[in-house]
Amino acid sequence: MNQIDAVLRARDLSRTHGRGESLVHAVDGVDLDVEAGRMLAVMGPSGCGKSTLLHLLGGLERPTGGEVWLDGGRIDTLGERALAQLRRHSVGFVFQAFHLVEELSAAENVELPALLAGRSPRAARCRADQLLEQVGLDDRARHLPWQLSGGQRQRVAIARALANEPLVLLADEPTGNLDTAATLDVLRLFEELRAAGQTLVIVTHDERVAATADRLVSMRDGRLVDDTWMADLGEPVDGIHGWEG
Amino acid sequence: MQDVVLAMLAKEPSHGYHLREWLRQALGPLGESMNAGQIYVTLARLERAGLVVRERAEGPPDRKVYALTPSGQQRVAAWLAEVNWPKQDLAELHLKLAVARAARLADPVELVAAYRRELMGRLRQAQRALLAEPEGSAAGLLLEGVALRLQADLRWLQACEQFWSKVENEAGDG
Repeated sequence: MNQIDAVLRARDLSRTHGRGESLVHAVDGVDLDVEAGRMLAVMGPSGCGKSTLLHLLGGLERPTGGEVWLDGGRIDTLGERALAQLRRHSVGFVFQAFHLVEELSAAENVELPALLAGRSPRAARCRADQLLEQVGLDDRARHLPWQLSGGQRQRVAIARALANEPLVLLADEPTGNLDTAATLDVLRLFEELRAAGQTLVIVTHDERVAATADRLVSMRDGRLVDDTWMADLGEPVDGIHGWEG
Repeated sequence: MQDVVLAMLAKEPSHGYHLREWLRQALGPLGESMNAGQIYVTLARLERAGLVVRERAEGPPDRKVYALTPSGQQRVAAWLAEVNWPKQDLAELHLKLAVARAARLADPVELVAAYRRELMGRLRQAQRALLAEPEGSAAGLLLEGVALRLQADLRWLQACEQFWSKVENEAGDG
């Protein structure tokens, strides 16, 4: 893969917690190039460091070693203000527990990042309307989060993450709290975003979510232990098994 | 397949062509691999077994109308009352891994990785087909079942991977 295509790049990335006897290598020397316009899934057992890796890639946590590059610029050395700016403009986060502001309507939640980034209220409102339509919730714009189902809340959270047209969308167990139907809605949305050129990195323990990605990396004890392009797995020659004729 | 065809004829006599279209619709993407002639082969077998009769013997094969015989009706009733569940032979893979380790024929962890890739490829195909189905499609329901089973198998493979890695590590330490 051509290096120029990588929108996000980690080099010998490490993050330790604690010290001495209780030192934990949450992320341990990870090299990773995330290609633009692709959906990358990260899988691994609980505590393997996949969430920490996501936080490091998005500037939510600082590494204890190595480098993170976003769109050709190094972000692990940025000051606090620059890093906050970057999180606001260049990265979109989606979490398992949605993290919507409960006092604000769906539309207001989606407007918030644009307002914080200094856009006019009119521009922010316009963008929010457009995004809520894109995630199929234009008829729920005035609802408060508690009036929405889990799947609807997560779609609002995804719309919010897209408010400032981020270079990458980072999602930590985005379907972890959702039932099957809502999970499929979120996967269909991810597929639309990817088709429109959005780069996505998704941490998941759900094989069915991972199976829809372009590329799957597996982590164990803070390291990448497997890296598979899903298209290379090929199409099973005997088709989908559901029924023996 | 025989039982399904018989059950479809329980409502009313039908052409082979109609039966085939109904099956295609119900199976969705899974019906694409169905051979066009398969339904006629099945009907011919059922006829020989005395479970269906041809009501009109003239004309091309897809113009023939088939109907249930009394023994065909009995078999449909028995089929509906029967609870059958397709078995999955996990024991064979389990023993393959165990013997590979015991006889030092291959690394069980690598064998598991190969199976994992195979099942991931299948799951990818099932999930893509499922996402392409419109909401509320009956064929989507079948794909959901296929995907859930593959997911369960992949989780079992993960447990296998952990088990055999541990065995290998403990052997290495001791």
